Amino acid sequence: MSALIETIGVSKAYGAFVALDDVSLRVSDGEIVAIVGPNGAGKTTLVNVLTGLLKPTAGTVRFKGQDIAGIGPVKLAQRGMARAFQLVHIFPAMTVGETIAVAVVSQGEQSLRFFSAVKSDEALRRKVRDVAAIFGLEGKLDSESRLLSQGEKKLLDIASAFALVPEVILLDEPTSGVSTGDKHTIMKTLIGAAKRAGVKAIILVEHDMDLVAEYSSRIVALQAGKVLADRPPADFFSDPEIIDAVVGKMFGKHSRGT
Amino acid sequence: MSGARSHAVLTTFVIMALVVLATFPNIAQPYYITLVLPAFAYAIALLGFNLLFGYTGLLSFGHALFVAIGAYGAAVLSSKLGIKSFELVLLISGLAAVIAAIPVALLSVRYVRIFFGILTLAFGMLFHSFLFKFYNLTGGDTGIRVLRPSLLGMDFKELDKTAFLIGPFYYYCLALLMLLGFVMWRIVHSPFGLHLTAIRENPRKAEYLGVRVRFFRLIAFLISAFYCAIGGVILAINTGQADPELAYWTHSGELVFMTVLGGFANFFGPLVGAFAFIFLKSELMGLTEYWRFFLGVTLAVIVIAFPRGLMGLAVDLWSKARRR
Repeated sequence: MSALIETIGVSKAYGAFVALDDVSLRVSDGEIVAIVGPNGAGKTTLVNVLTGLLKPTAGTVRFKGQDIAGIGPVKLAQRGMARAFQLVHIFPAMTVGETIAVAVVSQGEQSLRFFSAVKSDEALRRKVRDVAAIFGLEGKLDSESRLLSQGEKKLLDIASAFALVPEVILLDEPTSGVSTGDKHTIMKTLIGAAKRAGVKAIILVEHDMDLVAEYSSRIVALQAGKVLADRPPADFFSDPEIIDAVVGKMFGKHSRGT
Repeated sequence: MSGARSHAVLTTFVIMALVVLATFPNIAQPYYITLVLPAFAYAIALLGFNLLFGYTGLLSFGHALFVAIGAYGAAVLSSKLGIKSFELVLLISGLAAVIAAIPVALLSVRYVRIFFGILTLAFGMLFHSFLFKFYNLTGGDTGIRVLRPSLLGMDFKELDKTAFLIGPFYYYCLALLMLLGFVMWRIVHSPFGLHLTAIRENPRKAEYLGVRVRFFRLIAFLISAFYCAIGGVILAINTGQADPELAYWTHSGELVFMTVLGGFANFFGPLVGAFAFIFLKSELMGLTEYWRFFLGVTLAVIVIAFPRGLMGLAVDLWSKARRR
């Protein structure tokens, strides 16, 4: 299957410090790829390179066959990749409906319409309602975002990214700051939403190995900027050495093998 | 408050305000009527200023620059080039401000918060010193006279200066405020306006939702410059003079003052602020020579006690009264 996203020999150095060292990976249609690794392994740098925010020092990064090195967030959104951050990013004073509408409108030809009214655009309202419904936010369309619960804010953040109708979505610890019980609910909502919205692949940065084991179709483990392992979960978790290198460092020795 | 109901309340208030303003020349003394003219001018300027400040989140300390361009545009066009048509003067001065705003905006919108404020302040001061030093071009500290324009081709020669200003010119400016207010209302409620609000709230997130942050800030800046210039034209015709004080940084500060006084979070806040400021200033000036002190106190009290300005206070009182 052809790769949706592909990095070939990507390196990124900050002065003498090498954050990524010759990283090659592919993400294909239908995959949920988890990127794991201890702090400082280069996950954030990799994600920033994959989303065109950072230009790699060496190597190429392609999305749908096109070079996306350093293209920046706006073009990335236009080409069909969305990103949600670890920390909740919302528009505090805007309503849920308005927040989602921002994404819907930015992708149309409408963003430079100065005189049409957002509120009376039926097609726009319908799209906004559809996206909100996927995330269970349809009852909150007129609520100000800052008044939502933490979990709802997180959902809204991700919902607005989904409203771009992306082919690939990159989720940076989508369940951070959410209680353990809710983590699975959020993951299930996300994956279900991705399928309904026609998202072809998900890239997931996640610390929680239970979630990684349950929801990813492939795991890319980074260590000191290099790809340590790139395998399906079953292979990954049956290799004690890998688990030791990745999980051991992340959680300390006593939690090994969880 | 439900959407439809608040809409009805709003429409009622706007109509009431318009009726008051339309009948004002018939009921008030000429002195007060002439005060309304600068209030119209500032109301228009602040509609633009607040698109940048209240909606896009960029606080400029240099927008007097564009008010001055409008005023000097009116002066040069009427005194030096003999153009009498008010419509032409408005259009050309407005476009001149937009053209002048392009380089200023290109350099400024790369920055936010204090850096944006300081940069715009610097450009404003630059223009002020230009007006001061290039005596042959700008008339230096005395400025340039602004001649009475014709309105829709009519000269109103039979009217003296005051009669012209508080008569046809008054109603023309009221109509202009309504027109430009309506246009601005549409702009802030359009997809473009939605994007500006998103940029104010969280530019990083906006970018990831595909919003071209700098480009939109630039467009908002240009629109604000146009509105400020229109305000400047009216101010200059009202006083009959364009002078460098219009571009001085304290004048930019007054624009900020009026907007905060009225409330930048509300569409109508800056309009209320413009009227409140003009009348407050005139009353204080009549009462005491320390009027600047009392203006300062007023602003301090507003910021501390009613951070959402007079409009915010009014909205709070209204919803409290309705709940009883």
